[in-house]
Amino acid sequence: MAIDEIKIGGMGARQRRVEDNRFIRGKGNYVDDIVLPGMLHMEILRSPVAHARIRSIDVSRAWEIPGVRLVLTGEMLAARNLAWMPTLSYDTQAVLATDKVRFQGQEVAAVVADDPYIAKDACEAIVVDYEPLPVIVNPDQAMAPDAPLIRDDKVNQHDNRVFDWEVGDRERTEQAFAEADVVSTLELHYPRSHPSPIETCGSIADFDRSTEKLTVYMTTQAPHIIRAAVAMVAELPEHMIRIISPDIGGGFGNKVPVYPGYVVSILASILTERPVKWIEDKTGNLISTGFGRDIYLKGELALRSDGRILGVRMHTTSDHGAFFSDAQPSKFKVGLMHSAFACYDIPTAHLTATGVYTNKAPGGVAYRCSFRVTEAMYFQERMVHAAADDLGIDQAEIRRRNFVRDDDFPHRTAFGFLTDSGQYTKCLDLGLEAVDYEGFLREKEEARKQGRLLGIGISTMTEPLGAGNSREYDILGIKMFDAAELRVHMTGKAILRTGAKTQGQGHETTWAQIVAHELGIPANDVVVEEGDTDTAPFGMGTYASRSTPVAGAAVSMVARKIRAKARKIAAHLLEVSEEDIEWELGRFYVRSAPDRGVTIQECAMAAYSNVPDGMEPGLENHAYYDPPNLTWPFAAYIATVEVDPETGVWDVLRVVAVDDCGVRINPMIVEGQIMGGLTEAYAMSSMQFITFDADGNCIGSNYMDYLLPTAWETPGFELHEVVTPCPHHPIGAKGVGECATVGGPAAFVNAVMDALKDTGVRNIDMPLLPDRVHRALTTGADVSGAPPVDPDAP
Amino acid sequence: MYPSRFRYEAPTSLEEAIALLQQGAGEAKILAGGQSLIPLLKLRFAAPELLVDINGLPGLDHLVADPDGTIRIGALVRHEHIERSTLITERQPTIAAAAPLVADPIVRTRGTFVGSLCHADPQGDWAACMIALDGSIVAQGPNGRRTIPAREFVTGTFENVLDPAEIAVEAVIPPPQGEAHGGYLKLERRIGDFATAAVAVAADLRDGQVSRAGIALVGVGATTIDAREAADSLVDGALGPEAIDRAADLAAEAAHPRSDHRGSASYKRHIVRTFTARILTQLDRSTQKAA
Repeated sequence: MAIDEIKIGGMGARQRRVEDNRFIRGKGNYVDDIVLPGMLHMEILRSPVAHARIRSIDVSRAWEIPGVRLVLTGEMLAARNLAWMPTLSYDTQAVLATDKVRFQGQEVAAVVADDPYIAKDACEAIVVDYEPLPVIVNPDQAMAPDAPLIRDDKVNQHDNRVFDWEVGDRERTEQAFAEADVVSTLELHYPRSHPSPIETCGSIADFDRSTEKLTVYMTTQAPHIIRAAVAMVAELPEHMIRIISPDIGGGFGNKVPVYPGYVVSILASILTERPVKWIEDKTGNLISTGFGRDIYLKGELALRSDGRILGVRMHTTSDHGAFFSDAQPSKFKVGLMHSAFACYDIPTAHLTATGVYTNKAPGGVAYRCSFRVTEAMYFQERMVHAAADDLGIDQAEIRRRNFVRDDDFPHRTAFGFLTDSGQYTKCLDLGLEAVDYEGFLREKEEARKQGRLLGIGISTMTEPLGAGNSREYDILGIKMFDAAELRVHMTGKAILRTGAKTQGQGHETTWAQIVAHELGIPANDVVVEEGDTDTAPFGMGTYASRSTPVAGAAVSMVARKIRAKARKIAAHLLEVSEEDIEWELGRFYVRSAPDRGVTIQECAMAAYSNVPDGMEPGLENHAYYDPPNLTWPFAAYIATVEVDPETGVWDVLRVVAVDDCGVRINPMIVEGQIMGGLTEAYAMSSMQFITFDADGNCIGSNYMDYLLPTAWETPGFELHEVVTPCPHHPIGAKGVGECATVGGPAAFVNAVMDALKDTGVRNIDMPLLPDRVHRALTTGADVSGAPPVDPDAP
Repeated sequence: MYPSRFRYEAPTSLEEAIALLQQGAGEAKILAGGQSLIPLLKLRFAAPELLVDINGLPGLDHLVADPDGTIRIGALVRHEHIERSTLITERQPTIAAAAPLVADPIVRTRGTFVGSLCHADPQGDWAACMIALDGSIVAQGPNGRRTIPAREFVTGTFENVLDPAEIAVEAVIPPPQGEAHGGYLKLERRIGDFATAAVAVAADLRDGQVSRAGIALVGVGATTIDAREAADSLVDGALGPEAIDRAADLAAEAAHPRSDHRGSASYKRHIVRTFTARILTQLDRSTQKAA
C-alpha cells in the first residue's frame, strides 16, 4: 500500500504553515530581537531637504553628549574610500553624503551610542549647513534644457539621463503601424509606491578583531548577494563574512538592495570593535529605501478593425531618483518591461526606454514583482482596454481574439521571450462565468438608466517568474540560480537548507512538502533552514517569485539525488539488483515481489549503519538548479465596481481571480499569496502612492499618508484555479507570489474606466482617489497623477 | 519609539495634577489617551519636559445626562465608550453618527473625546460636532473652573485657549431646543485616515421648523470651521430642497480648503456641499417619514 501523499503533507496538502506557530506566539526572531553583549546602537541623520550643497557639518555638540561612542560623516567615510558604494545597477550611491544631498531623507551622518535614545539626541545635535539647490521631482523637469545637474559627482554625466535603451524590432513595428486600420494610444503614469514591509530594514554588525570575522545579522532577502557585495565594498575576504538573515517581517523587494545603514553599521563595528545595531524607523524606511514603479508610458497599438493586434509600440520614462539602484538583472535597463503582451500573439513590438535622475529616493526595486513586470502588465492591460473601446469591441472578446493558443507553446513573444504553457481562454472564460459577465452587462445597462455607474474590468496576463536562466540573468555578474542541501538523518528525519530566504512566503512548510513528495518522508519530519551564509548553500535569494521556480526545483533535484542513493541501498538491503527495484512514495520494493520492500526510513538507517561495499556512508547531498527558462503563470482577474457620480467614490462589488500557476504544492499558501497580492493591487489602484511637492518633500513618509488597506476596505476575493503544469519545472510548478499584484491593478482601474466610459475619459492615473474620479467625471478629461502636488491648485 | 527625555508623573488627584502642570510652567503636557501625543513624541515634533498622566484621576470617566438633557462627557471617556453608549445613540444623533468614524477601532479604545478637542487638530471629528452642537468645555486650573464655548476654544492649528496649568475636565452638550437631529459624514481614503473633508450637522426641530442649527466643517481650513451662515439660514424655517440647497451652498462657501494629496481644494469644497446636502436631505426624509 502506497502512502497517502496528502496525509504526509506532500504535494497538494493544505498543510498549516509550520512557521506560524512561532509567529503567532510572538516568538519570531527578527533582527531587532537580537541582543549581543556590548552592543551599541546607531542612528542615521537624514537630510531634511531634497537638493542642497553641504557647506559644512558640525558634529562637535554630538560628541559632547555622554554615551556617544562614534560620530560618522561622509568625509570620514571618504578617507576610507567608503563614501560611495556600487548599486545593483552599475551606478554609485552615496553612503553618507559628502558634496551634496540629492533627495529628502538621504543619509548625512551617523551616531553610535550606548542606547538609541542617546544616538537620536546626538543626531539632533549635529548642525548641517545646507545651500539649497533647485529641485527636480519628475522627468519633464529632469530633461528640461536648463535643469540642474543632479549627478555632478559623475564624470561624463552632462544631463539627468540615466540611460536610453531599446528592445524589439523598430522597422517591422513601424511597418505594422503603417498598415493598421486603427492606432490606439494611451499615456499614463504608474505612481511611485513603496513595498513597505511591516518590519523596516536593519542590521547588527559584529566584527570580532580576534578572529577577523564579520558577522552581520541583516534584514535581507538575498544574504548570499549581500555577502558578495560586502566582500567587494568593504574589501573583506568573503570567507570571513557571515550574513545571517533571521526571521524577516516582509520584504516585497524592499530588502534586496544594499543600504547605507548596513554599510555604516559594519564600519562602525570595525571601528568600535563592538556589535552595532541599526534599526530604521518607519519614516526612514518609506523615504529612503527602495521604492517601486514611478514610470511613465506612451503606448500605441496597431490594430486591425477585427480586433487583432498587429504591433505594439511603447516608450517608457522611468524616474529612478538620485541614484540608479534598481534591483534587476543587469542586461535589462527597465527590468522585464518587454514581457508586456506575452500572453498575446502579436507579430511585432518595439520598446524604447529612458531613465532619468530626480531628487527623489533611489530604488526601482521589484515591489512584489518580477522586475517591472507589474508596470508591464498594467500598461498592457490598460492599452488593451483602451483598444477595445476604440474599436467598439467587447473587453473579453478582444483578449480572446489575441491570446496565444493552447497548442502554440512554447511561444516566442514579439519581444523575444519564450513562454512555456498555458490555457488562456479557459482561464478567462472560467472567470467570466464566475462573475456572470453577461448578467453584469445587463445589470450595468439597467443601472445606467437610473444614473448609477457600474463598471467591469478585466486583466489577463502571463508573466515571467523565476529568474534565471543564468545565461541571461545575473545581478552584478552573479548568475541567477539556486541551490538546496538535504541531509537525511539516521532515523529518517531530515534537515533541508536552501539559498533562498523566506520572508513570510512559507518556505519552511512548502519545501518540506516537496521533500515529502519526492521521498515520502512526512513533511513534519523535515526541518527547513535558510538565511545563514555559513550554513546554507549558495543562492540568489527570494524575490521576483523565484523561490518555487528555482530554489523549489533545487529541493526536488536534491531529493531525487537522495532517492537515487537510497535505491542503491534498498537493492543492497533487499538483495536484488537495482534494476529490479521499483519506487512508490516512501518505499522501494522488488518488482516481482511487491511485498518485499524497504521504506525510505529504513534506507536512511542503513546509510549510516549498513552500506554496501564501496559506498560512502551517509544520506546527504546538494543540488544546484539553473532553470532552463522562466516559468509563465497566467491569471485572469475581473473586478466589478460602482462609482458614485456625485463624489467619485467607488466601491468594489466583486473580485474574481483565476490563477494558473501550474501545480500547487500547498494550495492554502498559494491562495494566501493571491489574496495578499490582490490586496496590494487594490491598494495601488485605490489609495497607495508616494508623491512629492515642488520642493521635493516626500508625501507618503508615514502610515497616515502612505496607506495600507485594512480589512475594512479590502474587498472579498473569489478564487478559482486552472492547472497547466510547467513543462520544464521538475514538479510542474510556476511562480505565483506576485501574480495578483502584477495583474490585479488593471482589473480595478479598467472597471472604473468602464463605469466612466460615456465620459470619453481614457485614463485616470492611479491611485484612483475619489477626487481624481470626480474630476474625470466633471471635466471629461484624463487625470494625471504625476508629481508635484501643488497646494495652491484650485 | 525614541522620544526626547521627559519626566513622567501620574498624579492621583486633580489638585495634584494641576500643581504638577504649574511646576511644568508651560513645558508640561497632559497624557490622556495618548493617541495624538504619543505619535508626536515619537516623531519628536513634541518634546515636553514633563508628562502628566491623568488616567489615574478619579471622577473623569463620566458620560451622563443631567435631568434637563445636558450631556456631560468626562476627560477620560474613550471614543469607544461613546460609540457604544445607548445614551448617545438614543439622544445625540450628531455624536452618534461621528463616533464610528473616529480614527480606527484600535485608536478608539484608547483615545479620549476631550483629549481630541484639546488637540485642536483641524481634522478632528469631535471639535466639529461640538461646534455644531453649541457645546462647551469645562476647564479647571489653579483659579478654579471656567466654561469655554467650543467655538471659542480653539485658537489655531493645534492651539487652544487653555492656560498651561488648566485641565479640560469635561465636555458639555446643551439640551436640544426641541427634537435633536443631526448627522456626520466623512470622506476618508481609508479607515483611520484623516478626513479629506467631513461635515457635522446638528438641527433641532420643533413643530417641523428648525429651532436651532449648527454646521461645522472638518479638514477644509486651518481650524475646524463653524459654518454659521449656513446653519443660520436653516433656523426658523422648514427643511426642504430649497433650504437644503441654500445651506449646502453657504457651507461650501465657508470652507477654505487647500489642495493636497487627498484632493483638490475645489473637490473638497464640493464634498462639503454634497455632504451637507446629504445629511440635511436624509434628516428631512426621516422627519417626514416620522410625521
